[in-house]
Amino acid sequence: MTFGQLPYDIAHLLGGAMLLLSFVLLYQRRVQAVINAFAWQGGVLALAAAWQGAMQGAPELYLTAVIAFVAKAVLIPLALRVIVRRMNLHRSVETALGIGASMMAGVAVVALAILVVLPITAGARAIAREDLALALSVVLLGMLMMITRRNAISQVVGLMSLENGLVLAAVGVAGMPLVVELSTAALVLVVFVVAGVFVFQIRERFDSVDTAALESHRGEGAGDGWRGEGASEAPRGGGQP
Amino acid sequence: MPLPWLVVFFPWVGAALLMALPRLRLAAAVNLGVSAVSLLLAVLLLGTPHGEQGWTRVDALNQPLVLLSAIIGLTTSVYSYGQVDAKGFDHWRLRAYHGAYQIFMGAQALALLADNMGVMWVAIEIATMASVTMVAVHGTPAAMEAAWKFFILCGVGIALALFGTVILYMAAQPVVGHGDNGLSWVALRAVAARCDAGLLNLAFVFLLVGYGTKAGLVPLHFWLPDAEAEGPVSISAVLSGLLLNAAMVAVLRAKTIVAANPEAIPPGPFLMALGLASVLLAAFALWRRRDARRLFAWSSIQHMGLAAFAFGLGGLGGTLAGLLHLLGHSLTKSAVFFGVGLATRLKGSQKIAAIGGLVTSHPALGWSLVVAIAAVAGMPPFALFASEFLLVGETASRFWWLALPLGLGLFIAVAAKVNVLQQLCLGDATPNAAGPPPGRLAFASTLGPIWVHLALAAVLGAALPTGGAALLAQAAEMLK
Repeated sequence: MTFGQLPYDIAHLLGGAMLLLSFVLLYQRRVQAVINAFAWQGGVLALAAAWQGAMQGAPELYLTAVIAFVAKAVLIPLALRVIVRRMNLHRSVETALGIGASMMAGVAVVALAILVVLPITAGARAIAREDLALALSVVLLGMLMMITRRNAISQVVGLMSLENGLVLAAVGVAGMPLVVELSTAALVLVVFVVAGVFVFQIRERFDSVDTAALESHRGEGAGDGWRGEGASEAPRGGGQP
Repeated sequence: MPLPWLVVFFPWVGAALLMALPRLRLAAAVNLGVSAVSLLLAVLLLGTPHGEQGWTRVDALNQPLVLLSAIIGLTTSVYSYGQVDAKGFDHWRLRAYHGAYQIFMGAQALALLADNMGVMWVAIEIATMASVTMVAVHGTPAAMEAAWKFFILCGVGIALALFGTVILYMAAQPVVGHGDNGLSWVALRAVAARCDAGLLNLAFVFLLVGYGTKAGLVPLHFWLPDAEAEGPVSISAVLSGLLLNAAMVAVLRAKTIVAANPEAIPPGPFLMALGLASVLLAAFALWRRRDARRLFAWSSIQHMGLAAFAFGLGGLGGTLAGLLHLLGHSLTKSAVFFGVGLATRLKGSQKIAAIGGLVTSHPALGWSLVVAIAAVAGMPPFALFASEFLLVGETASRFWWLALPLGLGLFIAVAAKVNVLQQLCLGDATPNAAGPPPGRLAFASTLGPIWVHLALAAVLGAALPTGGAALLAQAAEMLK
């Protein structure tokens, strides 16, 4: 399979644009700006999937592209905006990690992705390995965003950005079976979590990696560890079993 | 429709029906019926010749595990039938609870039966979403928090597993070409030796971290104690009994693919390291728990660590010990959760200090729990004794220096469980909760499943029928 120079460059350009938007996600402070950047990333992902479809002659990738565009560039951002307005978060500013520090961590993560992928894939086709390095960077930046943010919406956006990286990887591998099914299933997962935030009005994430905070979460300390104000929204159903 | 597909789709049809039923008794009875038919289908599956049916493949590994799922699915439905009236669910929660339960059972069967690694991933994802719903169903702040933590951590985990799956195909693509075949476990194992070793290594790392999160291996275990302590008891039983097994099987499948390539880094030591870390951390953590259900959730981490260690050790003996351990752990742990569930209802608290002297106040439940906890701690004649004995022997003969930390972890954990056994069951009885005590149905639907599980665990440990032994040996041969 040979590609001309231009298709190859455009695939890289789109992958690079996604990576750039991951950095934007990492440093944006305002929740609405985070949602906008995520919508742009979804749009670029749709373009990347469509471009790969054209390059590989795989029409099913157009379907992935349409699904990605409708869900990630339009519907999910709209839903997130509604949530933000309902929970009165649109003016909130996050100060989890400084811009400089998060940028440096982001660059380190990308360097790690490249160092891991390029030597390992020396035997694979060039386009596949560079796509994989880009996708892995997007995945790792999504994880970094989930770790550094405290707000549940930003954390969910981190998970969705991570999932964008997965789809980018999947569409970049020529002939990947079940690519439409797998990307749709991954989308169902993120829609499920957005629905969870929507229904239960979860404002703040629960620390999952911070073991100091876990002490009070074991149900063994004095408090019940719930710190989001949405707690009063959740009805108490029955007693403990 | 081939039988394995029926095993998957029947519970899903049942789930659709259950979501439409608003009445409590009726829904619980239908749930029981669906589980009973699923068990029948799983028994029939034992007679199916090994081979492929589209995306699924029946083999010696998944036949016993699907049967185990169906057995625990039925006993858990029995337990749930006797307890669900005490939960005070409104009809929406009731629909969500029963519907998610059967969706979970179908997804669990699909995860075990799927030959295609992509389909297996989708099945584990569905099982995760269904179990998150069940953990959250009480709606208390603690339950919501547990569900959120479970979902976020496992969401990242399964996302990484999908990334690993993509890389796995990337490694195999030059050899297997295009088409669904490229993600078939059997096909991948066959061609792994000719795949790019570097890509296989990378894929294994992501699959291990991804599915290892779901299997509750240290250091990826944070969600497990919360999820098993805050949801309904029935979900704790199926989470520790079934979901962890499906995740472990996924890790094993990845391991066998990578191990088939001589140039790739051997995956066994990774599994052994994570397994040993889980055993040791859990052994010490067990001593510090004051909540009974969290304690037994930590015990699940310990047992999954032992199984991972056994599979990492590999060889016929190690793999056989690991398989036996998975089966034995599922049976005994869910029995303990049934007993602890009824005890918390009687005493009105999950705290170990609040549940004491069960043997004095409720002799039948107390003695059942004594035996069940002893079985989980690895006392003979139950299956965990056999598997741990086999594992320690195998370790000592091949890596004697590893037998020391392993034995230490086992010893500390057993001591912790004997300690909690004394606190929960022996000694002076603590006061019962206010309000009317549970009726005879609640006791019968708890004690029956406990003793069925214990009997099966004893058969597995002491008197495994020839057919079963042959099946397990065949599975171990396939995985070693």
